[in-house]
Amino acid sequence: MSGSNILLPRRRFLTGAALGGSGLLLSGCDALTEDPGFRSLLRTGEALNKGAHRLIMDRGALAREFSESDMSPVFKANGSISGGTPEYAAHVADKFVRWSLRIDGMVKNPQNFDLKTLMAMPSREQITRHDCVEGWSAIGKWRGTPLRLLLQAAGLSTRARYIVFHCADQWGPGVPYYESIDLIDAFHPQTILAWSMNDGILPVKHGAPLRLRVERQLGYKQAKYVMRVEATDDLSKFYGGKGGYWEDAHDYDWYAGI
Amino acid sequence: MEQADLKPGDVVKRHRLSTRLWHWTNALTLLVMLMSGLMIFNAHGRLYWGQYGANDDKAWLIIDDAGDTGFVELAGVRVETTGVLGIWTNEEGEVKRRAFPYWLTIPSGYDLQAARRWHFTFAWILAIALTLYMLRSLWNGHVRNDLHIRKWEWSPSHIWHDIKEHARLRFPTGAAARDYNILQKFAYISVIFVLLPLIIFTGLTMSPAMNAAWPWLLDLFGGRQSARSIHFLCAFGLVAFFFVHMAMVILAGPVNEVRSMITGKYRLPGKAEPAPAPEVASMEGETA
Repeated sequence: MSGSNILLPRRRFLTGAALGGSGLLLSGCDALTEDPGFRSLLRTGEALNKGAHRLIMDRGALAREFSESDMSPVFKANGSISGGTPEYAAHVADKFVRWSLRIDGMVKNPQNFDLKTLMAMPSREQITRHDCVEGWSAIGKWRGTPLRLLLQAAGLSTRARYIVFHCADQWGPGVPYYESIDLIDAFHPQTILAWSMNDGILPVKHGAPLRLRVERQLGYKQAKYVMRVEATDDLSKFYGGKGGYWEDAHDYDWYAGI
Repeated sequence: MEQADLKPGDVVKRHRLSTRLWHWTNALTLLVMLMSGLMIFNAHGRLYWGQYGANDDKAWLIIDDAGDTGFVELAGVRVETTGVLGIWTNEEGEVKRRAFPYWLTIPSGYDLQAARRWHFTFAWILAIALTLYMLRSLWNGHVRNDLHIRKWEWSPSHIWHDIKEHARLRFPTGAAARDYNILQKFAYISVIFVLLPLIIFTGLTMSPAMNAAWPWLLDLFGGRQSARSIHFLCAFGLVAFFFVHMAMVILAGPVNEVRSMITGKYRLPGKAEPAPAPEVASMEGETA
């Protein structure tokens, strides 16, 4: 090493060290992010968070419900803004009069509920906050059929562990949106299949005719354009096996309470 | 050793093992939290006050791009930041339209889920380490003896004197350098008892499940979006602390300061009186 290097001014040395350090850290962190072992280590955080939430939170603990004056003037429409199939387009054209929700899988009596029947059932109205995983929030008013009533009507099997929601929006050829929740959330009083939003019929851009509301989880769980509800004991049987479109496509956490 | 006997050049025991362990755990954890947090912010570069906030609502801070210019807009005042914030070029020379540049984020490319995993895993380390350190510091007298601000230290003239001394870069020497001065106490108390607890609790407030479990969080911070704003402000408070902390370490003698945070031993600054080496060594033994 030459003398001039040794006599490198302190400031230049420190800047160099800081930049070099930050570069090393960055490439190191990126490498760790790609490393399967480290990824699974980071993934233990998800289990830890879900466990901690379930430990301190009552099963029936309610999400905050707001008053009308708290509502967002504009509720941002995110993700899909329409169902992607020709069948869906036909349903929109005739205002969903020939549409019905299918409930099947691990239930005793698989059945269909048309929109009129759903609207005639006991419903729940709630003004709640929708939290996107990206960080924004919007407060809106929802009215819909409690999911537990539909599951009870269909006779949910005692072997069922999860409820899967099949949707009409497409995220690629043969890649429909879907989501899933466990039975704690499925039977939660605020978990509804909403057919009304902000005192009107649920608009297409917000998921007409039916949108799931699972109020203690993030926005990507709030499946829009719900066509079919399927009870199951194993999420690995569906699509990518991780329990939802974003979980499969972008490795999002299945538990979205945080 | 009696305080009165200490003189510049003496080596004293300064930082406890718990302080040293926590310090370096934090150095790593907070860096990861900051950089993964900036990546999460890149998913939505706007901050709001209140319960809700999205693109159509009024944001008090926006980091975004408009055409070819990146900008930061704070309370309606826009400053161009092209190349650094809002729009910048990544390592491969591609133009990216995100708030914070790749060299400040973990991961360096846009990956919301990976950043969330880093953030939420290291959050456990941050919270557990802080809790343990608080308990340990109450137990071992660190809070009572070192951080506790004495009555006489509260006098405005004393505080003003310390500010002037710091501004002139004149730092305590000899025995006085062993104890934290009033500005150090303010800084450390702010970090341990204000910024870190605030950043943890505002972080929890952003979780919809935590809102159901602990609804008082929303009342305490005035809503999820207010909590997100406070979380971000705390992060920048910690960054500000880091820069002042670095400046002070460098000005006060980086080798001695960093060594004291590794081994715990600290050489009292100031002009050392000529003293035979063995004597210093034996005194060091007494203090240890």
